[in-house]
Amino acid sequence: MAVMAESAVAQVKRSSLWTRAFESRNFLGAMFMVPAIAILILFLAYPLALGFWLGMTDTKIGGAGRYIGFQNFVSLSKDSVFWLSVFNTIFYTVAASAVKFAIGLYLALLLNERLPFKSMVRAIVLLPFVVPTVLSAIAFWWIYDSQFSIISWVLIKAGLITRYIDFLGDPWNARWSVVAANIWRGVPFVAITLLAGLQTISPSLYEAANLDGATNLQRFRHITLPMLSPIIAVVMTFSVLMTFTDFQLIYTITRGGPINSTHLMATLSFQRAITGGNLGEGAAISNAMIPFLVAAILLSFFGLQRSRWQQGGRD
Amino acid sequence: MSSVQIRDVRKSFGNFEVLHGVSIPIEDGQFVVLVGPSGCGKSTLLRMLAGLENITSGTISIGDRVVNNVQPKERDIAMVFQNYALYPHMTVGENMGFSMKLRGESTEEINKRVKRAAEILALSPLLERYPRQLSGGQRQRVAMGRAIVRDPQVFLFDEPLSNLDAKLRVAMRTEIKELHQRLKTTTVYVTHDQIEAMTMADKIVVMHDGIVEQMGTPLELYDKPDNQFVAGFIGSPSMNFLKGHVRVNGVATFEGPNGVKLPLQNAPAASDGRPVVYGVRPEHFTIADDGADAEIVVVEPTGSETQVFAKLGGEQVVAVFRERHQFNPGDKVKLKPDPSVIHLFDEATGKRV
Repeated sequence: MAVMAESAVAQVKRSSLWTRAFESRNFLGAMFMVPAIAILILFLAYPLALGFWLGMTDTKIGGAGRYIGFQNFVSLSKDSVFWLSVFNTIFYTVAASAVKFAIGLYLALLLNERLPFKSMVRAIVLLPFVVPTVLSAIAFWWIYDSQFSIISWVLIKAGLITRYIDFLGDPWNARWSVVAANIWRGVPFVAITLLAGLQTISPSLYEAANLDGATNLQRFRHITLPMLSPIIAVVMTFSVLMTFTDFQLIYTITRGGPINSTHLMATLSFQRAITGGNLGEGAAISNAMIPFLVAAILLSFFGLQRSRWQQGGRD
Repeated sequence: MSSVQIRDVRKSFGNFEVLHGVSIPIEDGQFVVLVGPSGCGKSTLLRMLAGLENITSGTISIGDRVVNNVQPKERDIAMVFQNYALYPHMTVGENMGFSMKLRGESTEEINKRVKRAAEILALSPLLERYPRQLSGGQRQRVAMGRAIVRDPQVFLFDEPLSNLDAKLRVAMRTEIKELHQRLKTTTVYVTHDQIEAMTMADKIVVMHDGIVEQMGTPLELYDKPDNQFVAGFIGSPSMNFLKGHVRVNGVATFEGPNGVKLPLQNAPAASDGRPVVYGVRPEHFTIADDGADAEIVVVEPTGSETQVFAKLGGEQVVAVFRERHQFNPGDKVKLKPDPSVIHLFDEATGKRV
């Protein structure tokens, strides 16, 4: 017995450092994380840090810049176009997200019922999500065209208006127009995700509520909404982030016009940095988006924290 | 409390009829158990009673009121679901008081009734917990508490114990029966477990393939099954069936497979040579010198009794003895059924002869 135990100890001692390292949970765990961390650093952290740095310089296209501290931010704070873009971005995000949520929830509730041709309807609902953004933006561009707009044409034929609507020539018309385009594009995501959430709610809960005497409205208010709230938090966070950082739709439909009235922070940043050549200033505008995004994420983080009823048992 | 009348109720899903005209009278305060194998339509019938499924034809009345077109919430019934259907985002107390809250009753009244129900079910310390934090048995009791708070005309139970482990199931069985004795509310209880049915019911309704095979008190069904299905369904281990013929040569006997002869107390009139199924419950076998030859296959001692599987005329039968027989597989024994409690069924129709 004793001899066997001794030889076993010797065996352990003889095994190399390398082998033992790979038998350690902590070391192995760290090794498994290396690829993910490398990718995150290379493609996320590094560009972000570079963007931060760029925002602190006066780099222009074709020349290396020098460090100028917060000068870009100081000049932006006095720039009315920048503040207009901040207002536009917030307006665009709030208006589009609110309507996307309302329509998305409505569609999800509808698709959760027994409908004829349900799968076909579901496919159609997903359609806007499948079309490339730029293509749908071009379609909207035509829909909003001052001479060929199909909306204006229909309304005139119906005798509701007498002149073509200048969708993209008037600041507020243009703002609502791009919001509408964003809603059209964003609704499928909200609807399908909420539908997935609805389908996880056990039908017997509705039956129980039915027997308990709940009306349709009470069932929605006391069962559907609370059960769906975790998914709503996730969906709306994503929706707000995607809307806030939107670029393609605006850039394709209005390029920020008329007179900057639809410029979002993302499009303004692109215009100043790439079109205008002021890389430093553009990066500063991009950086200015970060506080807003962090605020949105924090909000959803606290919203997402599992409510007490979702937590597991203690016993 | 009220009586319930189910009259010639049919249910079709599309062209597929699952209930073929079911009539069940239920008296005020009775505990009725609908029992049958899965797919027999018992749960569908219960859901029709609750108003969760439409009635294709026939009528269901609760009290004096036909409820065919009455909304579930207006039927004044409470149901305990198989998966309990507790609202996960509400505490135990909120779950139990939800129906009263919807009716707009005052908070004091709700608290009072919830507290009383919680005391009956020993849930008082758990009122602030969420369903996730409860064990299966506790959830089951909350589901019952939700029904009790309603103080309904009728309680409906849809296989409420099937998600519990064996020991808890036995305990809850007693608890439900006690609760019924205390509240005396008319109860309809669906289960596929004949032991639950036997132990709890005032009246058992055995269903099979969308029809009622038989209804009666537990012991009626046990002692006098109307047909071979009920005979085989009620009782555990199941009744043994042997196919054969009646022979009347002075003494009536049953001639089974491979010429095995079993005793009959009295032969049905004019039945010589009639093909029948001979049914004998496992506990009605004795070991006797004038018994039929059998060969032991497996012996299963359970402590309180001994279950013996044996070949009788080439057919496997099971016999249960209170005595602790020391048998080994392959042993030859002589098995004798008690002729006063055997059952004969018509071979073609399965009806009791």
